[in-house]
Order: sequence, then C-alpha cells, then structure tokens
Amino acid sequence: MTTDEDGVFKALADPTRRFLLDLLFARDGRTLTELESGLEMTRFGVMKHLRVLADAGLVVTRRSGREKLHFLNPVPIRLVHDRWIDKYTERQVSALADLKRDLETEA
Amino acid sequence: MTTTTDDIAPAMTTTQVHRVYIKADAQKIWDAITQPEWTVRYGYTGVVDYDLRPGGRFAVHPTDEFRAGAEASGHPGLPDTIIDGEVLECEPPHRLVTTWRMLMDAGTAGEGFTRLTYEIKQLGGFCSLTVVHELEGAPKLYEILSGSLEDHGAGGGHSWVLSDLKSLLETGSGLAG
Repeated sequence: MTTDEDGVFKALADPTRRFLLDLLFARDGRTLTELESGLEMTRFGVMKHLRVLADAGLVVTRRSGREKLHFLNPVPIRLVHDRWIDKYTERQVSALADLKRDLETEA
Repeated sequence: MTTTTDDIAPAMTTTQVHRVYIKADAQKIWDAITQPEWTVRYGYTGVVDYDLRPGGRFAVHPTDEFRAGAEASGHPGLPDTIIDGEVLECEPPHRLVTTWRMLMDAGTAGEGFTRLTYEIKQLGGFCSLTVVHELEGAPKLYEILSGSLEDHGAGGGHSWVLSDLKSLLETGSGLAG
C-alpha cells in the first residue's frame, strides 16, 4: 500500500498486470482461481502480480464468505488523471485520444 | 450471495469497491462525509442530512448552484431530496452503513434502495477510506457511479468524488474551489 504515484506507474508498466486490470474491468469481484484461468502463468506468478497491484492500491480484496474477491480500484488512476491532466488540456487530450481510436479502428 | 464454487461461473458482481488514502485523521474524514458544510465542497456538492443512529433517516438535498446547473443542462424540476436512505450501522468515526436511493430521475428512483458502506481506518499519519456500494438490481446507478457517463454530464462517480475529497482535505480546496 502506498500513497504516492510511483507505485501506480510501476504497477501499470507491465503487460500482465494491465491484463489483470482489464479482466477485473470486464468483470469485477473475481477470485484468484478465476483470474489465474485467464493467464498462462503459475498461481504463484499471478499472486505476485496481484500483490504489486494491491500495493499500488489498484486492486482491493474483500472477503465474501470463504472466498477472497479481487476488485479493481480506479481511484489511484483517477488521482493520476486529476493531477496530470488539468482542465485546459483535457479537451485537446481527449480529442487526440478520439482521433487515435478512429484511425486505429479504420486500419 | 449464492454459494457456488469457483468452477461455476458466478453471477456478475454488482458491487463497486473504491479506496483512497488521505492524509487526515479519521474524525476529519468522518465529518467530511456526514456534515453538510463539508459535503457542499466536493464531488456532487450535495447538502447531506444524516440522523446518525441505526434506523435514522438520511437525505441529500441539492444546493441552489446544483439546481441551477441541472436546469441549465435541460433537467428542470429537480426534487428537494435527490438521494435518500436509512442509517443501518453507525460507528463514528470508522464505519457508516446506509441504504441509498437516487431520486434525481424516474429511472434511478425506480431501481430502489442499494447499500453503501464507508470504512475509515487510521494507518499512522493517514487513513484509508473504503467505499463499498452494493448495487444489485440497479444497473443505471451502477453506470453513473462507475463514472462511465462523465462525458454526458453525470459526474465521475465514486472515484471522482474520492479524488476530490482527498484534494479538499489535504490542500484545503477541491474542484468546487
């Protein structure tokens, strides 16, 4: 667990960890077993990545009966967004993001 | 909650979990959630009215600015109570559980009551604030609170509110100034 941005950027700088966040974005509140089945990786490897995500605050776990469920916590990404993208640049940035998406879906 | 094994695909979760770390003590965060002089300064800027005991009523009223903004964006006739519910558990300054219903339009009002939990944990010089919103049977509310309708003027949901609350408590000013 950390309160600074370094942990967030470090956690996001890995394709497996981004994939885990994508899995949780598609369907939140999953068990380790469910997350593991989406990856060609050992259970230990997945646990290690989940630990980095949890340390960065991007994943929060909660108990539900006997299960430990993993939830995507978007707040740290929101904080980075609010810190780095101020109201004057937001419009231009989103216009560029739209352009990129349009160009890439046409290709 | 149904009891299924991991092998059977469980029903899609309808719970949202949001957590933020704030450099403030638990009492200050508790006040920022439960006192109207604080809640008008961040996020959706509602005027909260809590009867802080189990069974007590809970309501949020719009400020004049909020009402004017809603009218300007083509939503006149905002009700005097935009969110209501009942206090289920109250352990200041660490835990608050309420039912929670949004009355701003017929669609969300018709989805009825959801369940919202605030958990505040002191961790040395700062606290974690965890917001758990159980949104079973409330897909419209789920969408609004996930922030996915932000570009349509619905605000950024819980992550936006918590980011703003953190700014307000740590720097003395939020997005509302």
